Amino acid sequence: MPDLTQLTLAQVRQHLADKSLSAAEVTEAALARITATEPKIQALLSVQAEEARAQAKALDQGGPDANKPLWGVPLIVKDVLATRGTPTTCGSKILENFRPVYDATAVARLRDAGAIILAKANMDEFAMGSTTENSAYFATKNPWDTSRVPGGSSGGSGAAVAACQAYGALGTDTGGSIRLPASFCGIVGLKPSYGRVSRFGMVAYGSSLDQIGPMTRSVEDAARILQVIAGHDERDSTSVTAPVPDYVAALGSSGDLKGLTIGLPEEYWDKGLSPEVAGACTAAIKQAEALGARTVPVRLKLSEYAIATYYIIAVAEASSNLARFDGVRYGYRDNDAQSLIEMYVKSRTKGFGEEVQRRIILGTYVLSSGYYDAYYRKAAQVRRLIRQDFEAALTQCDVIMGPVCPTTAFKVGEMSADPLQMYLMDIFTISTNLAGLPGMSLPVGLGRDSGMPVGLQLTGRAFDEARLLQVAGVLEKNVPATGFSKL
Amino acid sequence: MRISPEEVAKVARLARLDLTPEKIDQYAGQLDGILGYMDKLSELDTSAVEPMYTPVDHVSVMRDDVARKDYSREDILRNAPETDGSFFIVPRIV
Repeated sequence: MPDLTQLTLAQVRQHLADKSLSAAEVTEAALARITATEPKIQALLSVQAEEARAQAKALDQGGPDANKPLWGVPLIVKDVLATRGTPTTCGSKILENFRPVYDATAVARLRDAGAIILAKANMDEFAMGSTTENSAYFATKNPWDTSRVPGGSSGGSGAAVAACQAYGALGTDTGGSIRLPASFCGIVGLKPSYGRVSRFGMVAYGSSLDQIGPMTRSVEDAARILQVIAGHDERDSTSVTAPVPDYVAALGSSGDLKGLTIGLPEEYWDKGLSPEVAGACTAAIKQAEALGARTVPVRLKLSEYAIATYYIIAVAEASSNLARFDGVRYGYRDNDAQSLIEMYVKSRTKGFGEEVQRRIILGTYVLSSGYYDAYYRKAAQVRRLIRQDFEAALTQCDVIMGPVCPTTAFKVGEMSADPLQMYLMDIFTISTNLAGLPGMSLPVGLGRDSGMPVGLQLTGRAFDEARLLQVAGVLEKNVPATGFSKL
Repeated sequence: MRISPEEVAKVARLARLDLTPEKIDQYAGQLDGILGYMDKLSELDTSAVEPMYTPVDHVSVMRDDVARKDYSREDILRNAPETDGSFFIVPRIV
């Protein structure tokens, strides 16, 4: 057997089921890997080693349970998701000492399925960022090259999974925050359709955009985690009641892509791509054609308006959501304040980082009297047009494919000076959130110039995650293997 | 200028944030650039388009109004910056 931390979730699950590995052995191996790799990548904000050991021991005493699909599997959770009794900081000083009294629904479902939560992953503060440099604690590094960023905002989850610290992680994606770090770290990341996974217990950023999803080292692993976390939850009224299909069964046994039509938006392929990203993604499309898929050009004419639309809606929702941090019920409070208003102001000013404050101010501005119609309402109208653009394109094809990001992972510090420049990195991922569609990043090899992983993005019809997984599962076996970082 | 330093200061007050004069100038410059980029949307005629505020066009979800006790008082107060064991304590208001 290779190093057991390098197994996929599906493989380790098999070993746990047939008792060739115990939950304790798997957990110890993962914790040892965390100890060995953390000094180099700093992917984690907190590690729950003792709780994990105790849980593994209890599981082993009862023996494998075939009714628990993630029995004994160590996983990591982004620190934006509430975990009962353990720190949940959201990458912010304002929540430094916050310990929720409940689990997020997605976390509770992982635990019910027998998973062991090992650690909480680093992130850009309140999920606002594309590099994980914007954590209030420390910047996470890319395991493939520690002078580069892992992407963000779920960069801790991405780096942890790429470094084999666990068999998968939960990330969250408001404008690309699962897909971008998955692409930069060479792993699979799936943002489900809006409404597929309950957001209960996720600290809200942009409530009409946010979704929780899996980040894993194989497509099958993503299917197995999505299976557990998907489905209606009465505590999130935006989670839909549509039945959850059998995603693992949907992967199927077909080794080809006959009958599949792939849409290639010229807006995503024409300009601005680095040669190595264009090269790896084009090679993957050629491979899909060789496997029997047909490709058709499609238009997403409104792509050039997506970033402006997205940032208006996201900051508006953020300014409203973050109003709850007032130093009264939880979170940081400035104790010098003499009045209630002064306490609000001082607590928020000291507790929130710079990018968070910038977005709160921008969001408050676009929602304020006199500007609401020009910015927020206008963006909501363009949002509908963007969705219609996608719906029209998806009548001509089954999935849309393009790159996740114009470049591979860039150097630490390279992008942090100019906020607008950073927002532009989200160009290919944000439309999916505006439209509420499922999107996935699949590693398709290493860039020929940087040697860093390249991600291909698959976008599908609403609630058609099964199709994305099936197509990605076939393609995964036919593109150059990304392999493991040398960390 | 789409947004002046005075407007940034006003919006910051609305958002309960206290910015230094240097920060106000810095944000005004950055936000001006960002808002300039956002003005791109005015190129599109959206007069006949219904705004889309969420991807899931669901009706309000109704449930029976039944009292539940999911958490103890102790749990709810556990993260409070200041409490007397029964209530959240804040600086004097009146």
